[in-house]
This record gives sequence, structure tokens and C-alpha cells, in this order.
Amino acid sequence: MVRTEQDIKFERKVSQTILASQQSVAIGEAGKTGEWRTMRPILHTEKCLVVKTGKLSCNLCWMYCPENTVSRAIPPEFNYDYCKGCGICANECPAHAIEMIPEKDAPSSVGEESATGETGGKF
Amino acid sequence: MPEQKVLTGNHAAAYACKSANVEVVAAYPITPQSPVVEKISEFVEAGELPNTQFVTVESEQSAISAVVAASQMGARVFTASSANGLAYMYEILCWAAGSRLPLVMCIATRGLGAPWTVWTDHQDAFSMRDVGFIQQFVESNQEAYDTVLMSYRIAEDPRVYLPAFVSYDGYILSHTMMPVQIEDEDKVKEFLPPLKPHIHLTDFDNVRSVNPVTPPGLTVRPEGNTPGYYEFRYSMQKAHEYATEVVEEVAKEFEAKFGRSYGNGIYKPYKIDDAEVLIFAVASVASESRGVVDKLREEGLKVGLISLKLYRPFPIKHLREAFSKAELVVVFDRDVGYGMEGILAAELKTALYAADHRPIIRGFIVGLGGRDITADQLILGVKTAIAEKDDRTVQQNTHVDFIGVQLEELGFKKEGM
Repeated sequence: MVRTEQDIKFERKVSQTILASQQSVAIGEAGKTGEWRTMRPILHTEKCLVVKTGKLSCNLCWMYCPENTVSRAIPPEFNYDYCKGCGICANECPAHAIEMIPEKDAPSSVGEESATGETGGKF
Repeated sequence: MPEQKVLTGNHAAAYACKSANVEVVAAYPITPQSPVVEKISEFVEAGELPNTQFVTVESEQSAISAVVAASQMGARVFTASSANGLAYMYEILCWAAGSRLPLVMCIATRGLGAPWTVWTDHQDAFSMRDVGFIQQFVESNQEAYDTVLMSYRIAEDPRVYLPAFVSYDGYILSHTMMPVQIEDEDKVKEFLPPLKPHIHLTDFDNVRSVNPVTPPGLTVRPEGNTPGYYEFRYSMQKAHEYATEVVEEVAKEFEAKFGRSYGNGIYKPYKIDDAEVLIFAVASVASESRGVVDKLREEGLKVGLISLKLYRPFPIKHLREAFSKAELVVVFDRDVGYGMEGILAAELKTALYAADHRPIIRGFIVGLGGRDITADQLILGVKTAIAEKDDRTVQQNTHVDFIGVQLEELGFKKEGM
């Protein structure tokens, strides 16, 4: 195929328009990533400084969570849809109020899809 | 006022970053690149670059990651490396090009280990061939300074938006002093207007994620169909195909503004008008070849030189034109495409395959790992190529010829084998 002036204009336009892959951002963009989890954080509220003081105070679990899956609330709550079980919160908690337990011992929450082996991921 | 200084190649590159008002620099030291970033950090410490953030990092991979991130935020960025450090950047270099970020980085060329070497060859630069960067080689410290400035202009051109390498030989340029003219900052500003980034991560009203998993097919999103991986890579190749003319245009503008030129910005011809034999080489090998051209001309041989400046995009059209009258091309590679032949030789053969006129192309390997390339070695190469020009058996050889390998001195003998 001989490339015409029109082809050249077209290719130039494309090369100047399709630049970096970008997407608008939304929660759940990559599916429910909590399904990857093998260890689950659970909170022993009787030890938690936020619960004990009744104030938004320590909240290091919220601050350190790389996935933003711990709420800044009393008591702090985990979003198991997206928590991957990395354990940073448990490691950082100065009161040792967060325990990591094997997912198989935990009551199911996202678990239903995982149990059937299906994934919720789009890609 | 422009200022005359006596500078090493590394410091010339650092002064270019200063003239270009680079905003973020991150680099990790490796011989022979280290002084370029040491000098930039001196500028920053001394308050001579008040708008520049120097990020200290723990590795080359972090260095390139930091400047890629800063470039995505819209900053003009710089980094530099050599050999194994450059190899360690490989993954992120692909991210820089794949996101079409207009960053500029210098390579002070050095042989890749093993065995460990700190001396120059071009294996490191050429091994980055397919990451998607624009790639240029230079022959002097002034050319290093000028090419960094031109590279920002090319990389940031909205018709291009590609990152660029500027490669200069380790030690031969990186640590050798030459006079360099440092241009007036205002004049550089006229030549190099502020960067207009195409990614706007600081637009918090329209938050976007950059480089999410991009599937093979198009994705249907609220904003319509978005491209798949294939479309991005198609676009990157097309950007390369049209970048050559921007490189040429920028070289012309640079000459008009600052009065210096390097051939047509694509290659530098030397005594080619009546040449029957042309040497094809880059950087230090091309520099050495100039003297060789003169010597061979004294002997009555019509020899010339095409010193390639722009290696990527490979200027196929220009090279077909440049070699349209030569009978023989002698390619000196300071690198090996292992298992094939010298990289430049192989690429030139590809470029000229469909040319109307196809000269005989003969490649030689020279000077790996900093082995001195002497005029005698290059003369031997040219004369051998001339003598064997019409020998079909030689042309059909599948082995690669090395010049200057000292095997006899190691006790190897052909007699009696």
C-alpha cells in the first residue's frame, strides 16, 4: 500500500493524541482485590486505644494502611473487600490490638466468591 | 552573555541542565557518569538552581522511577547513568517511553560487565535500542551541551513527546576537558520554552490514574472507547517515524540561534562529496575516523565519513541518500550484537536493503571495553575492506571480524593447527 497524504496526516494525528494510558479513578477499578488475602486482620477492641479513649486519637492503622482499607472511626473497621492482608496495621499498632488470623479460620465476608474460585476482577 | 569555560563532558552536560532550568534531578552514582550529577548537586547546594529539586536515591532503578514520577507531575527532569546502572534502569525506561514522557538522560558510555570494566564502549547505549527513547551520540563536550538542550526541545515537542538519550563516551569525553560555550540563560529560554505536559496529575478536579492495566482490546468507559495496549504502541512507533523531521528542524533553529551545527542534526558528513568509500561510525569511533580519512586521502584514496548522531529513530531515508553514491561502506562498531554482528552494521544493512543503490557494507568490531582504537587499526579495516570489496566469499561470510584483539600476545598460534 502506498501511503497517501491523508494517511500521513492521520498517523500524525494518532501519534499526537494517543499518549499515556489514563483512566478516571473509581473504587473497585481492579475488582475486589481483598480476594487475594490469605491472612485477615481482626481488631481486639478491648486493647484498641481509639476505643479505650473514645476519641479519634491513635489511628495509626488507618494512617499506615497502604490500601486505605481501615476507617478513621471508633472503632476502626476493616474493608475486607479490598484489604489484602499485608499486616502493616498489625505491625504498627502500639497496643497490639490487631491480630492476623488465617483467612480459612475467619468467617466469610468477601469469601463467597473466593470459595467458588471465581474472581470479581475485570481485567 | 555567553561564557567560555573549559569543561569535562560530564560537567558540560550538567551545565546544559542548568541552562535548561531542569526542575527535578535524581541519579545514582556510577563510573564514569558520577561527576555529571555531582556537579548538578553542587549547583543546587550553592543556590544556583533555585527551582531544582535534587532527589538522592538508593539505586538507578529508583533514580529513573523518581524522574518518571516527577515528569508525570509536569516537571522538566534529568538523570544520567552508565553500563550496569543503565541496565538496572531498563524496566522503568520502558515505562518512561510507554507514557511518552519528555525526559532527557545522559549515558556516559561504558562496557557492560562481565568481566567488570569501567572503560568505554557502546554496548550499554545500544542495548537500550528498543525501549522507545530517541537516541543520540555526540563527539565533543560542546556537542554534549548543545545536544542536551536540543533534546529537551525535541522531546517536549507535542508532535513527538518521547524521552531522549544523549550518549557520550566514558572518559574520552566524560573526563576530558575541552572549551565549551555556555549560552545565556534568556537566550536558552527563547529556544526552549516551558514544558507543556500532556499528563496533568495535579488537576485534582479530574483525578486520573496513569498506566492502569491496559487490556489487549479497547475498553468501554463512561468517556467512550479507550485505547488498548496495541494502540499505545502503534502510536509510539508513529511518533518515532515523524520525529526525524523534528530533529532536523530543531537542529536548524539551534544553528540560527547559537551558530553551531552538527551536520543536519541527523549525521555529520566529513569529506563525502567525491568519496567512493565511506566510514560509518558513532561517537569516539567517528572522531578517530576523521584523522583516518585525512591520512587515507593523502594516499589518494577517496574516503569520507558519515558520523551518525541520531540512532533512534534510525534515519533510514537520510542514510539511503547519504550512501547513494558510495561503492563501499566500512562500519566500525564499538559493540557487538552477540550472535549476529556489529549493531550499526546490521542496522545499516537493513536500512539500505531497499535502497536504489546498495553499496557493499563491511563491518568490523573495534575497541571493546576501552581498548584503544588507533588510526592504524581503522586504516587496516578500510584497506582490508577495499581489497576484499569484490570477493563474494568474503561478502557471504557469517563470522564477525575483530580488529585489535591481541591473541598472539597471549600465546595463541595458527601455525601447526
